[in-house]
Amino acid sequence: MTALELLALSPPGWGGLLLKGLAMSLTVAFGGYFLGLLIGIGGSFGKLYGGPVMRDLLDVYTTVIRAIPELVLIVLLFYAGSDLVNRLLLLFGSRPIDINGLVAGIAVIGIVQGAYSTEVLRGAIKAINPGQIEAGRAYGMGPGLLLRRIILPAMLPHAIPGLSNLWLIATKDTALLAVVGFMELTLATRQAGGATKAYFLFFSTAGFLYLTVTLLSNVGIRMIERRACRGMPDVG
Amino acid sequence: MKSFFTPHRIILLAIAGALVAIIATTMRWDWLPNYYGDLLAGVWITLVMLVSTCILGMLLAVPLGLIQVTGPKLPALLCKGFCTIIRGTPLLLQLWLIYYGVGSLFPQVPEIRNSMLWPYLREAWPYGVLALTVSFAGYEGEVMRGAFAGVPHGELEAARAYGMGRFTMVRRIWLPRALHRALPTLTGEVVLQLKSTPLLATITVVDLYAVVSKIRQETYIVYEPMLLLALIYLCLTGILVVTFRYFENKIPTRDV
Repeated sequence: MTALELLALSPPGWGGLLLKGLAMSLTVAFGGYFLGLLIGIGGSFGKLYGGPVMRDLLDVYTTVIRAIPELVLIVLLFYAGSDLVNRLLLLFGSRPIDINGLVAGIAVIGIVQGAYSTEVLRGAIKAINPGQIEAGRAYGMGPGLLLRRIILPAMLPHAIPGLSNLWLIATKDTALLAVVGFMELTLATRQAGGATKAYFLFFSTAGFLYLTVTLLSNVGIRMIERRACRGMPDVG
Repeated sequence: MKSFFTPHRIILLAIAGALVAIIATTMRWDWLPNYYGDLLAGVWITLVMLVSTCILGMLLAVPLGLIQVTGPKLPALLCKGFCTIIRGTPLLLQLWLIYYGVGSLFPQVPEIRNSMLWPYLREAWPYGVLALTVSFAGYEGEVMRGAFAGVPHGELEAARAYGMGRFTMVRRIWLPRALHRALPTLTGEVVLQLKSTPLLATITVVDLYAVVSKIRQETYIVYEPMLLLALIYLCLTGILVVTFRYFENKIPTRDV
């Protein structure tokens, strides 16, 4: 078969499988990234404003997660996590459930990303002029309103470089799920390569797809950055 | 140090100690003596891979950065493209592309099969070293580009005013200053590289991760080896960070 026939979208071509894998990768990346952002917002607030116990526990979380290879975390959390959930369910008397790979994958990527987001957001919040937060408090804003109106918008310009980096890492970290047998782009590529022996063709194609995602993301990031930094003095 | 042992920390440490005691007593660790040697060998391979690819990658990264800053347009563009491609695709994919893709092309060329290199090319580690080196060079090349570009112009002009040739200038002024600027990010990059080494296990290099996988398969013990693995990586990262901080502090900087 020629390269074009191998990459055809419908079987016997493998292009459809690759695109399905890409969609899966992007879904996990999106889900994991936003779960990580939520953890990061909570974590950074806990680190900055939480009690001493909370701070120490969060320090342990961010240090441990960032010091252990993602592959190890993914294998550990992917299997141990679903096992743990099932044991808890048994403990409460309900039947064990079959956790699907997508949910487990999103949870794993989210927990890993959460540690990094916590640090990025903590730095960004610390970069806000404290006078702005104090002014918000002086206006009688509660913590929720303060977060929504002052802290999140004011920290965004400081957080965007770190957060955009994390998004790119998230898209690439999904490839590690291939090792635990989750059917995303890299594993789909390996299967296609294994079946046809055209490894080089398929891996190059997958690389091209990942690269496209990265480059398109960069365009999007630049637009978001321009919007978030409007009204800021031009530094660059 | 005085402020470290506050009451809540002592309680937390006690809880952590109890947790460790529970893990040590209730989980199975009887396999540990049997695999002690294997684990040490695995750590050794991991460290060898880490050090060799970091050094080789750095040797590649310096010209990559320098060419992007000073070079003519076409080579600069090529180097930039290289860095973008490496940083834009997952390392696992690069590794598999090199091992399965390039590795499957080699046997079809009779000249390579008959060459002296063939016994090495049939093993997995050269592909692993190549992939990790290229990856490190891609990321660090981008850092070096920024570092070279960030060296103040006055220093380079001063070097020129002293009559230094271009190579002397790079060797004496530009490179050392750029390396100095890149050092803080280097710690992070090396830790990232350490965290990339377990990927080599997917192409049958027997590093620490592969040893632990073997233990899990042979003993049917699921979690304990993984916990130990996480602990070892935690220690390795800690050692790396402390070592780099030591060297960073050795280099004199102006206090701000």
